[in-house]
Amino acid sequence: MPPPDVKKGGGRATRHRAAQPPVGVSDAEGGSLTRVQRLELYYWMRLTRSLEERLVNLYRQTKVVGGLFRSLGQEADAVGSAYALGRQDVLSPLIRNLGSMLVKGATPLEILKQYMAKGDSPTRGRELNIHFGDVGDPASTRGFVGQISPLGDMVPVMAGVTLTFKMRKEARVGLVYVGDGATSTGAFHEGINFAAVQRCPLVVVIENNGYAYSTPTAKQSLVRQFADKALGYGIPGETADGNDVIATYEATKRAVDRARRGEGTSIVELMTFRRKGHAEHDNQSYVQPGEIERWAAENDPIDRYARRLVAEGVTQAELDAIDARIQAEIDTATDEAEKSGVPEPLDALVGIYADPPAEQPLWFREGRGAVVEKSERPSSWGTFDAPAKGAD
Amino acid sequence: MAEITYLEAIREALFEEMERDPEVFMLGEDIGKFGGAFKVTEGLLERYGESRVIDSPISEIGIVGAAAGAAHMGMRPVVEMQFIDFIANAYDMLTNYVATARYRAFLPCPMVVRGPSGGYVRGGPFHSQNPEAGFIHTPGLKVVYPSTAADAKGLMKAAIRDDDCVLFFEHKYLYRRIKGEMPAGDVVVPIGKARVAREGTDLSIITYAATVYKALEAAEQLEGEDGLSVEVIDLRSLAPLDDEAITATVKKTNRVLIVHEDTRTGGIAGELTARISESCFEWLDAPVLRVTAHDVPLPYAPSLEDYVLPQTPDIVLAARRLAAY
Repeated sequence: MPPPDVKKGGGRATRHRAAQPPVGVSDAEGGSLTRVQRLELYYWMRLTRSLEERLVNLYRQTKVVGGLFRSLGQEADAVGSAYALGRQDVLSPLIRNLGSMLVKGATPLEILKQYMAKGDSPTRGRELNIHFGDVGDPASTRGFVGQISPLGDMVPVMAGVTLTFKMRKEARVGLVYVGDGATSTGAFHEGINFAAVQRCPLVVVIENNGYAYSTPTAKQSLVRQFADKALGYGIPGETADGNDVIATYEATKRAVDRARRGEGTSIVELMTFRRKGHAEHDNQSYVQPGEIERWAAENDPIDRYARRLVAEGVTQAELDAIDARIQAEIDTATDEAEKSGVPEPLDALVGIYADPPAEQPLWFREGRGAVVEKSERPSSWGTFDAPAKGAD
Repeated sequence: MAEITYLEAIREALFEEMERDPEVFMLGEDIGKFGGAFKVTEGLLERYGESRVIDSPISEIGIVGAAAGAAHMGMRPVVEMQFIDFIANAYDMLTNYVATARYRAFLPCPMVVRGPSGGYVRGGPFHSQNPEAGFIHTPGLKVVYPSTAADAKGLMKAAIRDDDCVLFFEHKYLYRRIKGEMPAGDVVVPIGKARVAREGTDLSIITYAATVYKALEAAEQLEGEDGLSVEVIDLRSLAPLDDEAITATVKKTNRVLIVHEDTRTGGIAGELTARISESCFEWLDAPVLRVTAHDVPLPYAPSLEDYVLPQTPDIVLAARRLAAY
């Protein structure tokens, strides 16, 4: 007998409408972006940043239960690369790729609920932060696969997703993000090599942001550029300026077009810089003094793009109107997310298998609800127990 | 003598062992300048330099395999898993290579693989795991999982000095919450010896790691409310198990409750129950009971995590049932 009053099966939570604007990309090859599309790129980058800033506020109010992972300064690479995909394509984001998920249709409301561990969040409180997906029938899903924490694991998974496109002769493409750090894992190597020999329509985006947690790229790999690794797999590799959203889009689009033409797997390396710690608790003591400030002042992807748009004839008033609309959207989503309840304890036992649909409560819990009345966030939440000096 | 935390006790052991033996070195991700995700290795780089405190790429297979090779050559590597969940990546190296090396090739693997383990911290499915059972099942590996600061230090020393591979599980919930006085001098806690955490005569709770504290809490409550005298055994070592201590407590109280944070099916409680059944059947006045996590990947939301993991009221309820049997 399944436990009472819980959802049956492992189905996904409440469906959410996509953020506005809708995915404005086309499956057609090449071609320059229209004015509307150029403004959409601005919208997605600004939405990414503003949403994360809202999450910081919620984190400080302890409404975000777990760690908070920022993509400050990396919004262009996530947004520009995802924008090169079509509606039916599938991507697998990593922890700095909130922007790519928004482009693919994830909503601020979903992100907020997910971080706040709400019962009607996409994973119903099971997983953290942006670890969730929406993949299946392309007619009814948005096409992103939820990541797990071990790094590189999504590369072989996406090799399998795109192998299926090839087997079914579908003109669909997959894109998987890894950081500079994940390229050191066995899963990365085995996955990309498999995709390469199978000519899977897969784009492997390596976000080179200078650090894997505290480890600089010089201790991760001796290659000059991570795109050079492509040589070892017999596939094309290209490096682009990840803080230039148009350059990012164009480089990714070339790889996506190759994949869609049946020319297999590519690497696109996007050069950027992580201006926040690995997670919110990390004070980046390992970064050279001045480096973060220099990137913020000279190479902020949103500032750069806004200047470019203005030079191309977009008015500041237009950009301000987009910013205002985003703030309103985030305010509305925050209000709604805060209203959601916490997960029902018994839902913890549902959906480990298709059959049986739920585990039984262990004998010492029969007929009882939660045993812990009140749940507290650990007082020194960092990477769970960050010391005072390492915490911010 | 001042008390230090469980985490500081581990760090002290690493310092003292590196000082004592120049063959001891550290390998891991972000363990150098950053001092590790939890700062366990903080200060080691400054004292011993980059040649003995090696920041590695994100490559668990690579560093565990390299540790095995160095260990063959007479070094004493200590490898950090940034979170013990990631030991799954090195499972092949540990079970196929390291665990069999002495038996099949007469190659010693004196190495330690250590890392933050366990839940109750809202870490979600990949930062909360207790994967000890899979390794206990692998002949050739030793497994320890201390609950006190003094044991953490003494067992780390034993692990580093052991001539075989020791997996050293550290409970991240205890890192900064538990403090203890360190015994004076170079004290090594032997691997394979359990500890009586609380003496009692009516029933025994056998446990380890974070649930030792939940068992002690339950024992207090049971004494106050039910007048029950509860013995609590802290296993400390999970491979090898201290059969002598287990047998002694069963023969003393005749009633056994096994508590662990790991999931139920295939967890170590099953092995303990079998051993007790084999060796102490006539001394039992009641069936051996278990309080464990539910068989579920550990979820993130507090309401879910608290439901899945064993809690003090569960232990109290189970102990009452056992006492009344």
